[in-house]
Amino acid sequence: MTSFLSAGLPAEATKVGSPALNIAIFAGFVLVTLVVIVKLASGKKSAGEFYTASGGFSGRQNGIAIAGDYLSAASFLGIAGAIALQGYDGFLYSIGFLVAWLVALLLVAELMRNTGRLTMADVLSYRLKQRPVRIATATSVLAVSFFYLLAQMAGAGGLVSLLLGVEGEGAQNIVIAVVGIVMIAYVLIGGMRGTTWVQIIKAVLLIAATAIMTVWVLGKYGFNLSGLFDAAIQNNPKVGEKLLEPGVKYGVSTTTKIDFISLSLALVLGTAGLPHVLQRFYTVPTSKQARKSVEWAIWLIGGFYLLTLVVGYGAGALVGAEEINKAPGKANAAAPLLAFELGGSPFLGIVSGIAFATILAVVAGLTITASATFAHDIYKEVIKRGDTTSDNEVRVARISAVAIGIIAILGGMFAKSQNIAFLVALAFAVAASANLPTILYSLFWKRFNTRGALWSIYGGLISTIGLIIFSPVVSGKAPLPGTTVSPSMITNPDIDFSWFPLDNPGLVTIPLAFFLGWLGTVTSSEYNAQKYAEMEVRSLTGHGVAKALDH
Amino acid sequence: MSNDARIRGDEDPYVAMQTTDEFQALRRKFRGFVFPMTGFFLVWYFVYVLLSTFAPGFMGTKVVGNITIGLLFGLGQFVTTFAITFIYARWANRELDPLADAIGARLDGVKEH
Repeated sequence: MTSFLSAGLPAEATKVGSPALNIAIFAGFVLVTLVVIVKLASGKKSAGEFYTASGGFSGRQNGIAIAGDYLSAASFLGIAGAIALQGYDGFLYSIGFLVAWLVALLLVAELMRNTGRLTMADVLSYRLKQRPVRIATATSVLAVSFFYLLAQMAGAGGLVSLLLGVEGEGAQNIVIAVVGIVMIAYVLIGGMRGTTWVQIIKAVLLIAATAIMTVWVLGKYGFNLSGLFDAAIQNNPKVGEKLLEPGVKYGVSTTTKIDFISLSLALVLGTAGLPHVLQRFYTVPTSKQARKSVEWAIWLIGGFYLLTLVVGYGAGALVGAEEINKAPGKANAAAPLLAFELGGSPFLGIVSGIAFATILAVVAGLTITASATFAHDIYKEVIKRGDTTSDNEVRVARISAVAIGIIAILGGMFAKSQNIAFLVALAFAVAASANLPTILYSLFWKRFNTRGALWSIYGGLISTIGLIIFSPVVSGKAPLPGTTVSPSMITNPDIDFSWFPLDNPGLVTIPLAFFLGWLGTVTSSEYNAQKYAEMEVRSLTGHGVAKALDH
Repeated sequence: MSNDARIRGDEDPYVAMQTTDEFQALRRKFRGFVFPMTGFFLVWYFVYVLLSTFAPGFMGTKVVGNITIGLLFGLGQFVTTFAITFIYARWANRELDPLADAIGARLDGVKEH
């Protein structure tokens, strides 16, 4: 896969807009959200308050926050850019991200809300052996969160030269550190309640700005979509008419085609296994509100991707493919350049500020989830065997949030030259392989047991990361035309230990993880009828949820 | 029945409830809706992905102006996603919740006696 958020920015960039204005608008967002968070923060927090805001949000609020959590910079800048340059294939990519929400709506959200309280492992370990299942789940949650965090932090670094006009390693590192520190502040001061409000504010700003751009673009073409496509074709002579049909990006060879099918599978099954998405279902009091959350999320996310279609073709038509390719950040520059074309420096400043806000809101959600997993599943349930106070647990969660923040900052600095779309795709592939099979089996399959869960989680995790290591993503891609640099992670084209042909392993690892879950289960006789009855009755009726919240 | 819901074994109210016709009807109703619906949207999504991958020429066929079959198929994915969301939420609010609430209330009765 070529990158949606590509790094390795060329230096001879054309400069647009005013960096000072961009920075001021971003600083304004940080200031306003910090004030909101400080006002909401109410002294000491229980574990439930810190991880889930004690389930105190309404379905609508949570739905908006989910949109804010899910619509990352890769969605906003990446998909708009992909549509601008490659047309239909960018659109195709966004559809996977949307349809995936039906898995969450129909199979996962309500039942998870009814059977869990604080973390994803609550559900998976419900009727299985607590310690081994919690350790396995926590491992996979931390792995998914780490890859996703890395992608977002690296994205922040990559956006710097584009949006703030600063260049060079040092400046990028400073911005990554600033993003990390603000994010740690959000999490420590605000907990889940504060983070949720940041996500709500960001979602409203992002969707509003995109809607304004859409109407503006359509207005220029007399609200005629066909006319807009025509202009995009005229302004992209290299691709031309192909902009309107699939295949520009994914249709190069049979391998890229199979790779795209593999990616589609990971996207559609990965969303409902993303820990920071699942964590959001615990911030509402009941399964009815969880249902309402996903309803709102689907309307907002779907609406947003429809707007992105217009913004993407609009950037292609009004800015032009050549201009976009010359800008630092290339495809990622499409939406900001379109903003500049439409509304000059002020509008560019607003869109740039929102792009940074987007990254902040997403990393804060990831950090809360990862620190909850560490403090609750590893520290409390495994190390202390359940014997610790809520105060202690929250203290550990705060320390882990700082540690995760530091790891994210250092990882982001290290990974900023990596292909960010690949990191996001990897997070989805691990979520779909290591998490989703166990979630579905434990909710729907009576016979499912500990061995099945462990084989499926570890099998999915190890096979996904293993196949990635031996894929062309890591080594062995042919050098880019006119250079001796390979687009693989290892840029020396002479080093090649790849033998797995696909960039996306989901096509192999997802069925494998389902199979291992089945095989492990049928070879073990463990079965707890009482816990199964309790879990199934609770999952469908919501019985005991309100009671559990009192703790 | 015992007034302590936490007792293990045959006395457990959840085990007792799981075998009632009432609960089995709820379970059947839920699965009878979400499983076929999941099958439907996954098949429809992969038909779309496979057509886009292996029949780009067909997907690029223009219907009106620059509007292609592929674009209509893609927008169709949005329409079905929105429609399934709407239909499921309405169905669950009307058909599922009353059954689930009734069972929940019966369990509360057992607990608080």
